[in-house]
Amino acid sequence: MQTAKKKSGGSKAVKWILIGISFVFIFLMLVLPLITVITEALKQGWQVYIEAVADEYTVKAILLTIEATVFAVAINTIFGLFAAWALTKFRFKGKKLLGTLIDLPVTVSPIIAGLIFVLTFGRQSPIYPLLEQLDIKIVFAVPGIIIATVFVTFPFISRELIPVLEAQGSDEEEAAALMGAKGFTIFRKITFPHIKWAFLYGVVLCAARAMGEFGAVSVLSGHLRGKTNTLPLHVEILFNEFKYVPAFAVASILVIMAVIILIVKSVAEYIGKRESENVR
Amino acid sequence: MVIIMKKSILRTALAGAILISALAGFSGCSSQGASSTDAQQSGTQNTAQEITLTNVSYDPTRELYEAYNKVFASYWKDKTGQDVVVTQSHGGSGKQALEVANGLEADVVTLALEYDVNAVRDAGLIEDGWVSEFANDSAPYTSTIVFLVRKGNPKNIKDWDDLVKDGVGVITPNPKTSGGARWNYLAAWAYADKLYNGDEAQIKDFIKKLYQNVLVLDSGARGATTTFVENGQGDVLIAWENEAFLSIKDYPDDYEIVTPSVSILAQPSVAIVDKVVDKRGTREVATEYLQYLYSDEAQRIAGDNYYRPSNETILKEYSNVFDLNINLVTIQDFGGWDKAQKTHFSDGGVFDEIYEKSE
Amino acid sequence: MKRATKRVIPGFGLSMGVTLSILSLVVLIPLASLVVFTANMDFGDVIATITRKRVLAGFEVSILTALIASLINAVMGVVLAWVLVRYDFPLKRIIDGMIELPFALPTAVAGIALTSLTADTGLIGGFFDKLGIKIAYTRIGIIIALVFIGIPFVVRAVQPVLEKLDGSYEEAALVMGASRTRIFWKVIFPEIRPAVFTGFGLAFGRCLGEYGSVVFIAGNQPYETEIVPLIIMSELQEYDYSSATAIALVMLAISFIILFGVNLIQMRNAKILKGGR
Repeated sequence: MQTAKKKSGGSKAVKWILIGISFVFIFLMLVLPLITVITEALKQGWQVYIEAVADEYTVKAILLTIEATVFAVAINTIFGLFAAWALTKFRFKGKKLLGTLIDLPVTVSPIIAGLIFVLTFGRQSPIYPLLEQLDIKIVFAVPGIIIATVFVTFPFISRELIPVLEAQGSDEEEAAALMGAKGFTIFRKITFPHIKWAFLYGVVLCAARAMGEFGAVSVLSGHLRGKTNTLPLHVEILFNEFKYVPAFAVASILVIMAVIILIVKSVAEYIGKRESENVR
Repeated sequence: MVIIMKKSILRTALAGAILISALAGFSGCSSQGASSTDAQQSGTQNTAQEITLTNVSYDPTRELYEAYNKVFASYWKDKTGQDVVVTQSHGGSGKQALEVANGLEADVVTLALEYDVNAVRDAGLIEDGWVSEFANDSAPYTSTIVFLVRKGNPKNIKDWDDLVKDGVGVITPNPKTSGGARWNYLAAWAYADKLYNGDEAQIKDFIKKLYQNVLVLDSGARGATTTFVENGQGDVLIAWENEAFLSIKDYPDDYEIVTPSVSILAQPSVAIVDKVVDKRGTREVATEYLQYLYSDEAQRIAGDNYYRPSNETILKEYSNVFDLNINLVTIQDFGGWDKAQKTHFSDGGVFDEIYEKSE
Repeated sequence: MKRATKRVIPGFGLSMGVTLSILSLVVLIPLASLVVFTANMDFGDVIATITRKRVLAGFEVSILTALIASLINAVMGVVLAWVLVRYDFPLKRIIDGMIELPFALPTAVAGIALTSLTADTGLIGGFFDKLGIKIAYTRIGIIIALVFIGIPFVVRAVQPVLEKLDGSYEEAALVMGASRTRIFWKVIFPEIRPAVFTGFGLAFGRCLGEYGSVVFIAGNQPYETEIVPLIIMSELQEYDYSSATAIALVMLAISFIILFGVNLIQMRNAKILKGGR
């Protein structure tokens, strides 16, 4: 790794031009909008900021957002690992179709995503009477929020894993299998070390997207204060209530949560890379 | 290039994965547990000391109902000894109506216009004739459509005909996506109707010119206010009176309100969702909740939140706030909401026509 | 060679089982209900709905802006991934960490923040206004919002592949005297191409359906800056479920076709790569 880095980096001029372009792009497209959020949040001073953040409903929204995010990550982890394994280690008919279907949720408009769950589980649905009899509430309740979050983040983990597994090929696994290793052992000893960073990126991507999801959740949450409001919805409500500054204050919580996730990721990456270098 | 990894990392990773799934399982149980107790509560609610109501409302009524819910809770406590906890839901009026129609369990709806409540009725949740269930067409407070202009009124905007002049930038939401913005459109129509004595071609021309001056057609009232106030677009914002007052409250030195000669009486409607209250056994308290909106106390809360009280006597108390000389038409002048909706806003209606020709 | 060793690796049944059942529950059944709902409509009505002038104009706006935005993201994504993997420079970690932020920020907040920056009273908008370019409330504004939304896709698709890339081919090429540009196009790019396509496809699909941020920055003028998701939203507001689902179905079909195409290209690339080795 180290030597490859030095030799293939290209000339100095190219290096700094590319870095320069990246800095400008990141500054204009990411840093400025974030600064806007933070300055708007603090426009009326810390007092207003803290009031907005410590509000009872804000706290409840934070908890619900965390719950939905944990679910989305857990379900998509299970799905992502199995799906990536199935798609890259075997040949079968309909593989492209399957891959496409997995990707589909990302490209479905959030509005449509919300709509399909309302159609599936709402009063228009043929199964609604059954759900009502069993007293199961899906839409306009917490399960609906979770399922929508899982939907919008559906391919994130598998999509990170698939290109890496594809680039790697399956020769090593095949060799191991021929030597009689069991499936899980193969995965643990051979596959996982290859994909661990991609997996980490996938989890981070999934968690970040799950926290910020707005459109789909907005369609099927019902906006019940303190019950089905996630942080993005709380931001929307505050904004619609002409509470411009508190809306941005709550939005900044999401930025902070994202930053925490990203720090955790960096630390994990750092420790992992150092240990693997030590082994060498 | 196989990266050799220490077993310890792998174990940590595995332990982490197990922890996450365990956590997921746990919180799954806990949320299920919570919902089942909720269900038990709702089953026995009739006799319990605490009673819950869900009020599905539209956007800028939060402060109104925050204040009103407290007042109503103490009133109900005095009357029956029960505690009432009201859960609020706010959002775009049309969207809220859709959600109730799709199964959001609301005991009462307090929406921006009759048409949205009718949508809930059409879903079979509210009985026919709800409009006459409470006084004043079931509209305990009203509002109207006014202009918000920049301080000093640099473009000298006094009435609707100033909005169609060249070089005037107008901000108003899209009536197709915003229920509230339909009132804006109809108010302009009412003015043109009077100006041209009902000559439809001329009225349409007027409306078309007006919308040609619209710089940004936001999807909702709040977005339009942001465009006008925070991003400095346009010279005039067509807005609900109560929302215009909220902007003035935030920025007293930057804006002023102009009341046009003709406007429309915006009647936000309230209704009991019959199917839900019968299922949950909350009809009595839900009825009283809406009825008490007409009490003197509640009417003053509405006035304090810049809604016009429907009680004439109390409205007079606020004559220093509201311009009471405005000539107000009502939705009945348009033949009711169903007709107005069909003529003007549905696909292929007058509003589409305006834009199609301008292409 | 591959065919001879078909399904040597265990776990096919289990992994396919889990994949298919979760996929059906979360994606297929709900999407099917959309199809069922539209199927209730008369076919002629569906066609009439989706070929309305305003709807067609909406599709034009949506597809055009999404395409430009995801092309920008494809180029910038490769540059960013390259810079982050291959170079050391100050603030690298922070920049690396920021890539996901567009996901975490609710799209509506992003839209409001970007609008206030690019309106002619804003920091960036003010500058461009002097040059006679309006950003907010035009199609350029929509593209900006979509670029913001799509940043992570290409970067995060390319980055792991670049990280895994074996340096030895490049070294060999370098030793043999190939120019650096040539090395990039002949050695490195073929390796990351599938990842670029995946990222591009996902970003494009996501941009096509984006609603929350765009409605604030677009101005929403019919025929000019009105996007398809907004039209769907207005149909819903009119309680016109049939029109909404009909248009939604067309969008779904477009996403599906794009993704399917991307997957075809990607699979072919994977095959070529393996064959070459």
